[in-house]
Amino acid sequence: MPRRSPIPDELDKPFLDACNEERLILQHCTACDRYQFPPEAVCNGCKSAGGLEWREVSGRGTIYSYGVVYDTPIAALQPDMPFNLAMIDLDECEGINMLTYLPGTPVDEVPIGAAVDVVFVPTQPTGQKVPEWKVIG
Amino acid sequence: MFRLQEGMGVWEHRGKVAAMGAGHSPTARRWDGKPDTSVGAWALEALRKAMEDAGVEPKDVDGLVISDSTTTGAYWPAGRPVPQDFLDRFEQTDDPLDGIAQLSTEWILRNMPELTNIKFVMTVPLCISLVMPAAVQAVGDGLTSTCLALKAWHNLDGRYYQGGANAEPTVSGPGKYNPFALAGPACYPTAVEFQRYMYKYGGSHEMLAPFVINSRRNGLLMPEGYWAQHRPEPITEEDYNNSRWVAKPANLLDNDMPVQAAAAYVITTAERAKDMRHKPVYVLGHSGAGTIGPGDYIGPVRWRGVFETLEEAEACAAANGRKILEAAGISAGDISFENMYDGFSLFHVFHLEGLGFAGLKRGEALDFFKTDITNDGPNPVNPSGGNIGGGRTRWYGYTDTIQQIQGRAGARQIKIPAEIGITGGMMPFSSMFMILSATPG
Repeated sequence: MPRRSPIPDELDKPFLDACNEERLILQHCTACDRYQFPPEAVCNGCKSAGGLEWREVSGRGTIYSYGVVYDTPIAALQPDMPFNLAMIDLDECEGINMLTYLPGTPVDEVPIGAAVDVVFVPTQPTGQKVPEWKVIG
Repeated sequence: MFRLQEGMGVWEHRGKVAAMGAGHSPTARRWDGKPDTSVGAWALEALRKAMEDAGVEPKDVDGLVISDSTTTGAYWPAGRPVPQDFLDRFEQTDDPLDGIAQLSTEWILRNMPELTNIKFVMTVPLCISLVMPAAVQAVGDGLTSTCLALKAWHNLDGRYYQGGANAEPTVSGPGKYNPFALAGPACYPTAVEFQRYMYKYGGSHEMLAPFVINSRRNGLLMPEGYWAQHRPEPITEEDYNNSRWVAKPANLLDNDMPVQAAAAYVITTAERAKDMRHKPVYVLGHSGAGTIGPGDYIGPVRWRGVFETLEEAEACAAANGRKILEAAGISAGDISFENMYDGFSLFHVFHLEGLGFAGLKRGEALDFFKTDITNDGPNPVNPSGGNIGGGRTRWYGYTDTIQQIQGRAGARQIKIPAEIGITGGMMPFSSMFMILSATPG
């Protein structure tokens, strides 16, 4: 599955650096006890940066839903159509969902509700690793 | 201009504003490069036809509201020159693409010298679903007494969204983790929500077929629509179930087709409406969902994660339903017919259930589509045909709702009395709705 490389910026560099070390970290606000992704300048709960920190999380999750992409305008992904792209909920982090191509899951055979765990996959253009999720058990 | 909160009460101008004439240009799949079929030319045509339809003189129009863009995915190629015959044909502004790949109120007014008394001019973001509430609110507030409301779309060669950032091997910016960066097709997020909807409530994609078939049937009775004008093909169940996937469970027929066209409406006071050509269509209220600012920006209601979940879509749709009924001072059971947005067919279920149209509760819409949803039946669904039936304009619902109430919907005229209709859209998280009525309430 050809993936595009995300280019780090000031907000998500910690996240992407941690991905290169195969660690999943998320922004967490200690004032609200609230995670958020993608990272932002302030907590969207209390609108303040004061409580924001980075926290490592386990990466265990559950498949919430998915689509199978047959016709994308994204040039880099066109050679591999159709492909799965699923939304997963992170078990530890209420409200957080993330998108994954579900490496190892056959196209259009996505088990909603299944448990998944994070893996880190290098992307071709820059080598930047990104989190993906695989069905476990 | 826009009512986005719950608990705002009945709209302060309920029954005092009327939506009258509708004017349409022809519709085309793409611009053929000629001056008289440019988006600007067609905008002028729509505006003139709207005035004629309403029975107003240009000198009696004192307001104009348009949207700030004429596309969401078809961009003029850098370096391509503007055709000289277009430049010779029309008065220009400083923007060489004005009238070709974008449109300003300045361009319109320079090319419509008959509009001699314009005192209120406004440009709003997005599309007709914001233009109409803005014009309606402006008339209610006394900023204008007879206002033209216009939306125009252009379309060029090639497919939407190809090239540009989508051609790059890397992704940058705050959107790099969202579905448009990782999946691509615009229908993907809605498809994911609908997939979860089927998981939660049961049901199948095939159960959308009656809704899509009915919408195209109605659209073929909308003379201004693309399909009626160029490809008068009904959709059969086989067509729908065999249509190719774009982002499964959204197929090609679940997606609306970009076209080039323009439409305009005349919004006026209830008083002035009495002297116009056709019977008044009263605006009972408008409201919607979105986040304002900064500046002119109107964004979606914020989701919690990387994209909206089914639960968030349903909650937003329910809030939209409460807000519009509150604004109009009615209950869902008062609504005779609905022309809510169908730009992706899949989220129409959220609009129906969120409103409680025909008493629907969450998870019931797919079974509801098996009942009589035609224009001849007790619960007309999408009698205009919407985008599915007419092409990606987002305005057929306004035209049809006005014409139904005025008894001028022709072959589309619903059989039950067309007392109160609802129209507007787009997705639940970024939507403006309007309720129109045969009586001022």
